Amino acid sequence: MEKHYTESKVKGVSTGTTILAAIFDGGVVIGSDSRASIGGEYVSSKTINKVIQVHDQIFCCIAGSLADAQAVTKAAKSHLSFHSVQMESPPLVIAAASVLKELCYKNKEELQAGFITAGWDRKKGPQVYVVSLGGMLISQSVTIGGSGSTFIYGYVDAKYKPDMTREECQQFATNALALAMGRDNVSGGVVHLVVITEKGVEHVVVPGDKLPRFHDE
Amino acid sequence: MLGEAEPQWLSEEVKTGTTIIAIEFNGGVVLGSDSRVSAGESVVNRVMNKLSPLHDKIYCALSGSAADAQTIAEVVNYQLDVHSMEIGEDPKVRSAATLVRNISYKYKEEMSAHLIVAGWDRKDGGQVFATLKGLLTRQPFAVGGSGSSYVYGFVDAEYRKGMSKEESQQFVVNTLALAMNRDGSSGGVAYLVTIDKHGTEEKVILGNDLPTFFDQ
Repeated sequence: MEKHYTESKVKGVSTGTTILAAIFDGGVVIGSDSRASIGGEYVSSKTINKVIQVHDQIFCCIAGSLADAQAVTKAAKSHLSFHSVQMESPPLVIAAASVLKELCYKNKEELQAGFITAGWDRKKGPQVYVVSLGGMLISQSVTIGGSGSTFIYGYVDAKYKPDMTREECQQFATNALALAMGRDNVSGGVVHLVVITEKGVEHVVVPGDKLPRFHDE
Repeated sequence: MLGEAEPQWLSEEVKTGTTIIAIEFNGGVVLGSDSRVSAGESVVNRVMNKLSPLHDKIYCALSGSAADAQTIAEVVNYQLDVHSMEIGEDPKVRSAATLVRNISYKYKEEMSAHLIVAGWDRKDGGQVFATLKGLLTRQPFAVGGSGSSYVYGFVDAEYRKGMSKEESQQFVVNTLALAMNRDGSSGGVAYLVTIDKHGTEEKVILGNDLPTFFDQ
């Protein structure tokens, strides 16, 4: 089928990736695959974790150039921890997303990275924000990104329901990532999930042999 | 307005953009397509039926360049008529798919069309063949066109072997609706063709009757 060049114009190591975040009743699940590749031809890492913690209950996922994404998240992390000291309270999820947005927008010519930010705060509960390549910031209840995401738009539209339980949402996220990894050659490896609720944060790793299988596998 | 650019449909190639799908069920096949034809960013036909008959019980679904796809379908329709007269009975689905594949492969540099061929014959029942870029492969189901990328995950997850005719029709309609929602080059109405040993049934599902999803 037609090859999609969404990520392959990125120089150097790209995350050519699938990332996802979804809100459920009482929290949010954020997840990604674990493959890093160079030009779509060589897998430079099979087990990279693309879900990065920027504060206690706020995580973000990166897509695009790995170098740009690491630099931006590093800057965002220090920005946020200073902000939280000044405010004397944990930062809001939208504050984290805005910090990323500012960096992406002000440096839009040089950077090639997009982010999904998900977390829980006391003001608005579970939230998901998307910062796209040029620096747009929007809030959504479910969102996907990266090169593998094109293949699962239909699945996510059909299967996502607001107010799912935690188990349903975890299964939904695992299925969606597994489907994308099955069709996108630059996504693969294991599924990293982080489940964030008022009570705290839980990491789940689903290794390759435990991934759901579909009709042709 | 001063200095208005000429409309795109005067200069851009006409493509069927599109989402097409064909699936085999126990006893026949269901084919489905959207109805949008675009030239650049203009929609030049919003009700085009991209499911084209090659013979009584063999249809093909068109995608890619509209002109190339239509021409291949017309040429193969003629070739199949001659072939079926020569053998004195209805042609096999594999024969139709082979004729399509021969043209796609011979002219693969000049043409850019992908046809999915599906139908029913007495020997092997319902069959679906993909002919992308000159290959010929039989599959339980096939999707194609620009909108198909968005629904690979959905069809991988939802397809089950041995679905009934009604389940297959619903599967096709759901897939088309999801693709039409996400792909700018697919839209309009959904056309369905169901072929089994009893005959061929054509159906249109209008925009407002298509399934909707959580964000609509």
